[in-house]
Amino acid sequence: MSEPAAGPRVSSSRTKWIALGALAVAGVAFALLAVGGIGENLVYYWGPSELVGAGKKAYGATVRLGGQVVPGSIERGQGSELRFAVSDGKASVNVQTKTVPPQMFREGIGVVVEGTLRPDGRFESQRLMVSHGNEYRAPGDGEKPDMRQLMKSTTGLSGAEGQEMP
Amino acid sequence: MIGFIGRGLVLLSLLAASAGSLVAFSAAVRRSATGLAWARRFAYAFAGTMLAANLLMVYALLARDFSVGYVAQVGSREVPDWVAVTSLWSSLEGSILFWGMVLGLYVLAATWTNRDRHPETMPWALGVWLACAAFFSFLIAGPAQPFLTLANPPSAGPGPNPLLQNHLLMIIHPPFLYLGYVGMTIPFGFAAAALASGQLGAEFIRVLRTWLLLPWVFLTVAIVLGGWWAYEVLGWGGYWAWDPVENASFLPWLTATAALHSALLVERKGILKGWTVTLVLATFLLTLLGTFMTRSGVFNSVHSFTQSAIGPTILVFLSMCTIYSVALLAMRIETLSPEGRIEPGVSRDMAFLLNNLFFVLFTFTVLIGTLFPLVVEALRGVQMSVGRPYFDRMSVPIGVALLFLLGVGPALPWGRATPAQVRRALLPPLAGGVAFLALGLAAGVRAPWALVALLFGGYAAQVTLAELWLPVGQRMKSRNESVLRALAQVQSRGRRRVAAFIVHAGMVLVMIAIAISSTQGVTAEVQLARGQSVALGPYTLTFLGVDQVSEPHRDALVANVGVRRGERELGTLKPRMNYYATQREPIGTPAVRTTFPHDLYLSALNLDPDGRTLGLHAMINPMIVWIWIATGIMALGGLFALLPVRRIGLAAATQEPAAAVAADAGPGPTPARIG
Repeated sequence: MSEPAAGPRVSSSRTKWIALGALAVAGVAFALLAVGGIGENLVYYWGPSELVGAGKKAYGATVRLGGQVVPGSIERGQGSELRFAVSDGKASVNVQTKTVPPQMFREGIGVVVEGTLRPDGRFESQRLMVSHGNEYRAPGDGEKPDMRQLMKSTTGLSGAEGQEMP
Repeated sequence: MIGFIGRGLVLLSLLAASAGSLVAFSAAVRRSATGLAWARRFAYAFAGTMLAANLLMVYALLARDFSVGYVAQVGSREVPDWVAVTSLWSSLEGSILFWGMVLGLYVLAATWTNRDRHPETMPWALGVWLACAAFFSFLIAGPAQPFLTLANPPSAGPGPNPLLQNHLLMIIHPPFLYLGYVGMTIPFGFAAAALASGQLGAEFIRVLRTWLLLPWVFLTVAIVLGGWWAYEVLGWGGYWAWDPVENASFLPWLTATAALHSALLVERKGILKGWTVTLVLATFLLTLLGTFMTRSGVFNSVHSFTQSAIGPTILVFLSMCTIYSVALLAMRIETLSPEGRIEPGVSRDMAFLLNNLFFVLFTFTVLIGTLFPLVVEALRGVQMSVGRPYFDRMSVPIGVALLFLLGVGPALPWGRATPAQVRRALLPPLAGGVAFLALGLAAGVRAPWALVALLFGGYAAQVTLAELWLPVGQRMKSRNESVLRALAQVQSRGRRRVAAFIVHAGMVLVMIAIAISSTQGVTAEVQLARGQSVALGPYTLTFLGVDQVSEPHRDALVANVGVRRGERELGTLKPRMNYYATQREPIGTPAVRTTFPHDLYLSALNLDPDGRTLGLHAMINPMIVWIWIATGIMALGGLFALLPVRRIGLAAATQEPAAAVAADAGPGPTPARIG
């Protein structure tokens, strides 16, 4: 939308070209920085099958893992240590976290955990969100879990996520 | 019955807006005064019908008339009346209806105040405003019809989203946001009119700037109110998360702020006309983009994108407005020829240019981070989001650079200056910078970016206060006036300048508060048994037990947490879990103890009805209250600039001694996330 003609006018044409050149360099540097910054800070929305399917590639990436807390899998360790399995009906991932779970956390509820997969197969999470309302069900065969639908109905993480705001 | 009348009113508003738009455009082409007068009447008719439709809906909500579709959707017999009224904007259809009314009021005000002025540009502006009005009337009449009559009305409704009933801030946040968002239509119309008529003189740019400043003030307040609401209600302890919804409101704020600054160069030097107009057009397009992002559901669910008819409709309108803007710019920008030029060198003019550059960079940074996941999903089908570290890392340096300019810019003289003059202008405020830095170090601040922010913030604070004092001091000395008389004279004669620096002062405070609050906080997450205590900073928190509370529209579990600081008992904080009849899951509300140095913030993660255990998220958030206070200062400064100046005062102001006028600067704050 920006028009070159609308840009700042500098007195002589030589200074103008120097200024434009400097701007171009700054712009390119900025674009590289931005794209690099995005690349390093992506958070992937995955289900347990995708995470297990990704194998080694998933190690270390920041992932929001969505699924259902497997009944009978909740174990409380020392202090606030908490372990449970998250499943989408086909695969399940063991999650380990030290966060204090939100009020509605229980067996069978839809959750989103943010964290990273360790090489030993544990998913270490710093954030635990619980689905709002009981709309989330484990998807049927061949059905992809809709992370966004799950994200929409989760609460407990930062900010206004999942709320309708003007 | 109400549904029928409501639909009628909406159709009338659609008729008035579309007819008025056509009449206005044809009056613009034919230069017809009669046509312009008729376009004005249509504008008033649009405003009137929209106002009536909104009042009718409020009546239906209060009467709990569930035969009206929207009332059946959000109304409830259980909620208090104030919640019933505010549910006008709590859901999609109602919020678009409310949008229509706000647009009507804006068009009414802008048309009325300019009824005798700018006969060449006003018809173009009216045409654009009423075209936008016609679009929103169409949305209300079709895809987002709130007045559907239900054949089998339910006997009760679910009530609005509990999160929106949880706090009084929800009454004022959305209206402010609409007043900000919708208001950007007015400068958009003026900018398009300037392009179409090829006229952007000093007087018209003042009109444009005034009508940009008004929604800017509302938008500023709305953004911070949104953060405040998130802070007080959502319980995660912060006020900004770079959530797409937040970004949607921040983007137009950035371009509008840039335009407020570049408009000063248009007014003073007759340069950057096309650039300023471009920024104003972009601001409006970004509000539409924001509306699209929040209304279409693309950021919540891929599915609601195809299900909701509103998203695609807004997208079409956004595309049409973008094409219109680009085409208008391409064809007409040459008509806005510059009347002056910028001298190279270290000057305030250059600071303005850099300010604009950084604001545009900031806009692109946020825009890229916000849209990237959408683009990737559309191309590769991968669902992801851009993490907060990206935004923090990118925006902190830009924000700090803007804070630097906030100090250095107003300190520099306009135009050419000798190196000695520059030194004389730039050196003294270093004292303020060093003072703030020393204060921060003494208070234990060690985060590098926070220290840089303190240095620049102190510098900017001294410059701002000196600029506010300078004309007062000059008058006291040269005319032997008392402080009060000099103050009164300066505020009436150099009102815009005073107002601008009040806004700057607020902005400096906001940025320092953000820098400190985001780096110096203390946080703990613990599971407490009854009687157990935890230490947090200087506080000792003891879990005393749980009360069960019954309120008309909700039940609640309230945790009692005793707060002690050293030997002093500070009372009990009560974070709670609210249970709504229509919602199976509880919603927590944090408890905040606010003091000037910091907030003590407690949020219950879980608690059992018997009161045996409490999962507690406890935080010390420094300087938070200063963000709200400083925003109030900014808003007051902005409104002060908008107060009508007596004509005589205005004339006198333009003949002020060069020194005072030369220090004129725009309200131009710069937000930043210092993380």
